[in-house]
Amino acid sequence: MGKTLFDKVWDSHVVSTIENGPQILYIDKQLIHEVTSPQAFNELEERGIPVFRPSQIVATADHNTPTLHQDQPIKDALSRKQLEQLSENCKKNNITLYELGHKYNGIVHVMAPELGVTQPGLTMVCGDSHTSTHGAFGAIAFGIGTSQVAQVFASQCLLLTKPKSLRVTVNGKLKNGVLPKDVILYIISKLGTNSGTGYFCEYAGNVFEEMSMEGRMTVCNMSIEMGARGGMIAPDETTFEYVRGREFAPKGEEFDKKVAYWKTLPTDSDAKFDKEYSFDAEDIEPMITYGTNPGMGIKISETIPVDENPSFKKSLAYMNFEAGESLINKPINFVFIGSCTNSRIEDFRVAANYIKGKKKAANVTAWLVPGSKQVETQIIEEGLKSIFDDAGFELRQPGCSACLAMNDDKIPQGEYCVSTSNRNFEGRQGQGSRTILASPLVAAATAVEGKIIDISKQLN
Amino acid sequence: MEKFTTLQSRAIPLHIENVDTDQIIPARFLKATDREGFGNNVFRDWRYHKDGTINTDFVLNDSKYSGSILVAGDNFGCGSSREHAAWAITDFGFKVVVSSFFADIFKGNALNNGLLPVQVSPAFLSDLMQKIVSNPETELVVDLEKQTISVKDSELSENFEIDAYKKTCMINGYDDIDYLINNKEQIEAFEAQKIY
Repeated sequence: MGKTLFDKVWDSHVVSTIENGPQILYIDKQLIHEVTSPQAFNELEERGIPVFRPSQIVATADHNTPTLHQDQPIKDALSRKQLEQLSENCKKNNITLYELGHKYNGIVHVMAPELGVTQPGLTMVCGDSHTSTHGAFGAIAFGIGTSQVAQVFASQCLLLTKPKSLRVTVNGKLKNGVLPKDVILYIISKLGTNSGTGYFCEYAGNVFEEMSMEGRMTVCNMSIEMGARGGMIAPDETTFEYVRGREFAPKGEEFDKKVAYWKTLPTDSDAKFDKEYSFDAEDIEPMITYGTNPGMGIKISETIPVDENPSFKKSLAYMNFEAGESLINKPINFVFIGSCTNSRIEDFRVAANYIKGKKKAANVTAWLVPGSKQVETQIIEEGLKSIFDDAGFELRQPGCSACLAMNDDKIPQGEYCVSTSNRNFEGRQGQGSRTILASPLVAAATAVEGKIIDISKQLN
Repeated sequence: MEKFTTLQSRAIPLHIENVDTDQIIPARFLKATDREGFGNNVFRDWRYHKDGTINTDFVLNDSKYSGSILVAGDNFGCGSSREHAAWAITDFGFKVVVSSFFADIFKGNALNNGLLPVQVSPAFLSDLMQKIVSNPETELVVDLEKQTISVKDSELSENFEIDAYKKTCMINGYDDIDYLINNKEQIEAFEAQKIY
């Protein structure tokens, strides 16, 4: 029987198998940031264990960094200490760190692919659940807890039981205005937030084949929102062209050799998956969420479903929405375009293309937070910044920002925020805030109109 | 890691589905650089109102209930990979979480911190919730060796699954680092001959 893409990458990384137990899986790259690494460094130090392969670790500061005045000392003492500790730990252990202000600094899942750290066929981990993003390259990439961060520091390996395999196929032609974010929000709304738990998900079909790497990253990024530890897309010419020439990508003959290997990775035609779903691209429309988990999504033109489940009702009460109502024309005062889901250059091009020649509505605070310094530079160089400035949008400096509101970028109590991030959990963007997940296009349109509109009607 | 063999305790019923790690420990409390003290802020925004007053409607503030077992709704621990969620729950005093379904990363984090995730059938979970609510003094017995969870002095009992390796770790208080660094030679040999 043939092998899946996931099987091929996994099997080539198994160091050994414990009888009736997990396998030792070799990890090629570990990405670290300031929030989930300090306790792992402490643990190693307490136990007198050195970092085994420092050259296979890349560090950045992103979760807890300000998005204004990054050149000045950080005001919040705890945040400052966390960043200082990261610098100290990296220095002590010879780990490459792209700290705040560095030209390669950025959200870990934006800067690593940009630098060519992310490559097909690798195993990658990070103490962050959206590590699934890197699966867009045909890598096995997944989020881990801090104890596991320490394990990888100590041994470059993890003890894991091989997950089951799931394939989601989407074929057909996407409608005008339907972006990769809509595709993944649609899939999660159909399958629910725990359908992928225990699985690694491969996305297949012409819709993903035709997507840019940025789009594929958006899709794989949200795999964890349906419970899947990771998502993967078969590497192809789009992938190779993206990786070629990047800072840490193999060069010359070495690159050609790698490409020849990467071409062997896609799933064999006779491979079997433990679970399969397929959807028609034509059924997908611009999406929006109405509840407090990412599975609570609807087409923007639909109404909120009616459900008697107490947890569902609790969720609607938190959002102050009624079952059966439409979200069209709901006034919105906050819009956030950013996060590891949608803060790549393509996302800002989409937004700028819509915004050009328009003005943000007076009631709206609109934050644009690039995923990295490189994206920020590109926004300026491509002339997008002046479009945003003219329209009254605020372009900030890179970081995770209002996606999880660890820094000062918080949405006030009771306010709605149409956000391109990945989670609409209670209080995710600030205590009492109400998050509505959407694509960068829907977010840009909301900021211009000051309310939610049916973007598909406007486009057609 | 602390050893775990059996536990008899009262339980606290958290009748909510899809409890995510942002509820267990909100991101604004993740600025600490050590593992201690997260219990103070576990379920912070459900335990307290925004003005800092206690939310008496929340089950953790209901003096009827106590114990070191948390019985929670389906899909517990979804969301972020923050191990702070497991640290917060253990620091608050829980040793076992019962649910009909756990998110992957949370489950792994719990096991790495001596917090036992016990997955039961939806029907058993519903019976358990009912028992505890109708009599908050109900005692549960969790036996890791036998892989059973029972309601004391009743017929209500169910087996639960746990990875054999993880079970050994929990019973003996071992963690994965010990195992991995004892296999360094094998790992180095793998590095020398890897095919990709």
